[in-house]
Amino acid sequence: MNAVIRVEDLTRYYGDHLAVDHIDFEVAGGEIFGFLGPNGAGKTTTQRMLTGILPPSAGSAYVLEHNMVRDPLGAKEHIGVVPEVANPYIELSGWQNLIFAGELYVLPRPELRSRAEQLLEQFDLWERRDTRARAYSKGMKQRLMLAMALIHRPQVLFLDEPTGGLDVASRRLIHSRVQELARSGTAVFYTTHNIEEANMLCDRVAIIQDGQLAAINTPEALKATFSGSQAVEVAFEGPMDPASLEAIAAVNRVEKHGDKFHLYTDSPGQVVSAVVDIARSEATRIVSVNTLGPSLEEVFVRLTEPGGGSQ
Amino acid sequence: MMAAARRAWTIAKKDIRIYYLRGPVIIFGVLFPAFLFMAFAWGRGLPARDLVPGLIAMALFFTSSATTPAVMPFETRTRTLERLLVAPITVPTLICGDVLAAVLFGVVFSLLPTAFAVGIIGAPLNHPAFLIAGILLSALCFAILGSLFSLPPTDNPSSIMTISNLVRLPLIFISGIFVPIAHMASWMQFVALLSPLTYTTEIIRAAFGERVIVSPWLCLVVLAGFTVVLWVITITAHRRNMPKRLVG
Repeated sequence: MNAVIRVEDLTRYYGDHLAVDHIDFEVAGGEIFGFLGPNGAGKTTTQRMLTGILPPSAGSAYVLEHNMVRDPLGAKEHIGVVPEVANPYIELSGWQNLIFAGELYVLPRPELRSRAEQLLEQFDLWERRDTRARAYSKGMKQRLMLAMALIHRPQVLFLDEPTGGLDVASRRLIHSRVQELARSGTAVFYTTHNIEEANMLCDRVAIIQDGQLAAINTPEALKATFSGSQAVEVAFEGPMDPASLEAIAAVNRVEKHGDKFHLYTDSPGQVVSAVVDIARSEATRIVSVNTLGPSLEEVFVRLTEPGGGSQ
Repeated sequence: MMAAARRAWTIAKKDIRIYYLRGPVIIFGVLFPAFLFMAFAWGRGLPARDLVPGLIAMALFFTSSATTPAVMPFETRTRTLERLLVAPITVPTLICGDVLAAVLFGVVFSLLPTAFAVGIIGAPLNHPAFLIAGILLSALCFAILGSLFSLPPTDNPSSIMTISNLVRLPLIFISGIFVPIAHMASWMQFVALLSPLTYTTEIIRAAFGERVIVSPWLCLVVLAGFTVVLWVITITAHRRNMPKRLVG
């Protein structure tokens, strides 16, 4: 792997609390790497160590071969960051915020202006470029933060919960820009607790729980490790007693979701034929039947619940 | 080095736009020293010319140390600090930018009473070079002192301003602003010599041809010493405290 991020035995304590517990992983150029975990699992602490603003208690992090303790400035020249809780300066306009960000990277003036224009267009902020960020919506502020992170064409982009609480249009715009960046070779370290977002966007995901990596793989490979989470989703025209469905030998458990039942099984085919038999015997009609693969959410829940194992 | 200087200037421009070019800050910079000056000139009947060096020193001290204490807690609260820290800037560059803005603010606002003294009252400016050197070095020293006040990693600017005022207000009464230290009792002179503001007042008095007990050259050396010591303490402590500002 052509690693642009390399993490070795990375550890961080806050006082006696072990926030990040000896983790190792690598991220390649052009890869979208999802970093998932519940609140307080160590996601933001890991990102802060990778971006050079928080020193690790032990272990090492390398970004573009720069050691983030000994040479953070070397790496910071080439990384873009959208921190979880950061804001643009609300007293400055969108344009002034972008110029400010570009000047921190000492970009030449003509290049900075043309890059700022380009980013404001791309993030649909051009019309509001002279409005103070105070008047921006949350989605506009977040798009501005992403534009500021990209002003110097970084080789590695760190995003911490970039779409939390955003409207659909802003979320889609950010997703599509992230995918374009990855296609052009930028490595994206995408911290989120939105599992569906990680499933849709990421080439690989790591799941962190209590500061430890519980799993790291492609979304599909992770789902495959939980084949027992396959399910048959069935809806009947009339009422159905769940006990009849639980009685099917191949069914591990039954869950009711609205007007549908999810029958978890290792043998979906066997369950479908049993469901058809039950519908006939109960004199009701099947409205719909689908087979569901294990979801990344299921993997996440299994791995992060108490007693969940590492993969 | 050149890149670091440009980054510091970028931060200084941001500070000036956001924190200094505000009505209340500007009014405070002009009115507070003016009111204290009038209180002593009219209230105690002291000659205005005798109060001029003190007025300049006070304006310089209050304006150059006024806003730097609030910048760091304010940026911690508005969540803009982390955005700054992920850019390729060091803690000294960051502090340098904040200090640079404060120095410019202090110098500009000390020019107003200087122009008032020379142009309207007709105070004799015998040694302008000492005045310029004294103002520049003092502004730097006081701006760094202001940054030192913002060391506690809080996001509450008002608690930092309380600490800042607790130190700054007593200093103006022991530093020869209203009563030249040449006229003080010997034990008061000893206390006055512990304050950097004393050397600012003394060098400005010397520039206006008044009697002083510390030579202007020695004032410059002592102010430079205060500046270096305060800088080292400020940078060391801000480096140590910076990660604590990011908790949460």
